Amino acid sequence: MRSSARRTADAVFLIGGLLLAWQVVFTLFGDMAIASPAETFAYAVRLLGQERFWPHLGETAKAFAAGLAIAIAAGLTLGLTLGFHRLSGEVFEPILTALYSVPKVTLYPVILLIFGIGLSAKVAFGTIHGVVPIVIFTMDAVRNIKPVYVKTGRLYGLSPTGMARSILIPAALPEIITGLRVGFSLTLIGTLIGEMFGGLQGIGFLLMRAIGLHDVKTIMAITLLIVLFAAGVNTVLLSIDHRLHHRTA
Amino acid sequence: MRLRTTLLRLAVILGGVLLVECLARLGTIPRVMMIPPSEMALALFRLLASGRMTTHITLTLRNVGLALMAAIVLGFAAGVIVHQLPRIRSILDPLFASYYSIPIFVFYPLFIVIFGMGSTPLVIMGFLSAVVAMLINTLNGLDRVPSVYRKTARVLRLSRFTTVRLIILPAATAHVFTGIKLAVAYAFIGVIAAEFILSGGGIGYQISFTYYAFDNNTMYALILLILLLVTSINMSLYALEKRLLTRMGRR
Repeated sequence: MRSSARRTADAVFLIGGLLLAWQVVFTLFGDMAIASPAETFAYAVRLLGQERFWPHLGETAKAFAAGLAIAIAAGLTLGLTLGFHRLSGEVFEPILTALYSVPKVTLYPVILLIFGIGLSAKVAFGTIHGVVPIVIFTMDAVRNIKPVYVKTGRLYGLSPTGMARSILIPAALPEIITGLRVGFSLTLIGTLIGEMFGGLQGIGFLLMRAIGLHDVKTIMAITLLIVLFAAGVNTVLLSIDHRLHHRTA
Repeated sequence: MRLRTTLLRLAVILGGVLLVECLARLGTIPRVMMIPPSEMALALFRLLASGRMTTHITLTLRNVGLALMAAIVLGFAAGVIVHQLPRIRSILDPLFASYYSIPIFVFYPLFIVIFGMGSTPLVIMGFLSAVVAMLINTLNGLDRVPSVYRKTARVLRLSRFTTVRLIILPAATAHVFTGIKLAVAYAFIGVIAAEFILSGGGIGYQISFTYYAFDNNTMYALILLILLLVTSINMSLYALEKRLLTRMGRR
């Protein structure tokens, strides 16, 4: 395992490299297309300071949290059931893989037609993006649990919920966490795309409006905030993921 | 056993479609919301026959194809190179791991401003979506070449090129193929999502357009087209993979 000094150096190189590349692109293409790192950071800080920014952030946070919660709940339940019950799992697996590859943006009009424009459509959109990977990963994880664990559970006469709680989830936890990590990222993307088209609130909406107005500074600043949030949470989840995997490895 | 699962799967899918068909025809699902699946299929058939959408379909497929080829070739090459440079790899590692958590479409307006409203930004979007999947899987595949294979190559004093050709590439094939499958999926997602958000042509754009024009028939026909297209490509890749791996004695 690399020393932590080495890892910090690596991180510095990465971030430094990205900032450098950003600056180079800015110098090459000018401020009609892109804003410099310094400008963007300054503008982002300004945005966060503006009062009218926060309702949008709140709206996105609500939609995202709801979508994620539903995706996790439905995803875990389906994944545990399909993983535990062999036949169902085998039957549904290719269907799920197919669903994963479909550009769900194309289903967006269908969602809008079903849920109407508004919060529920955004939540739905986030959910359909996030639930599929969670189901796939959880199902895979449960399938790979050592049979002796399941037999022990049966010996104790555990109910399905008891089985899930005491045997399945703890045994499959590392892979489930990986699935949750992917589900988190995809739900975020889904919610943001959803916001770009429906309603008048939300970060996605702000982004779309900035695109329409060709407001480069806002586009870059919002993008920066989204990237920092997504990458930040993902890194935290990744370290949890690694720690869990090494624990059992 | 395999046959039973396949039949069950077909039954499930057919059952689902029939359910939607009944609900749609009975009016439980209003027409404004969704047309019956049979009408979707009919609309698609008519659409393809009339050739109304041929330019858009060709446009999308062309963009996806370009993005895909670039992603596979460059992703694979980059994977091979990065694999040889461990220090670079450990620096870039967090980037690869977090790559798919970043909504790539936020950079789309940037590319439009740089490259104009034509096909180039779309191809770039598809490329960016797909290339990292290819790269990560190439790295994984090269990682998993058992060291005994490499040692065997050294014992036999094989040249570098022969080693790669006869030992490393076949051993890495499984993962490289996974990379290709993922690249296909992501290339489609990248291009069509970008077309949907902001574009003047292509299937994604047409779906958005027909939605706003209340043209449910054409819209659902196009959605069905994409579903069928992606699923059939997936199935062929899956079959190809099985054949390849069986021939290599892996299954």
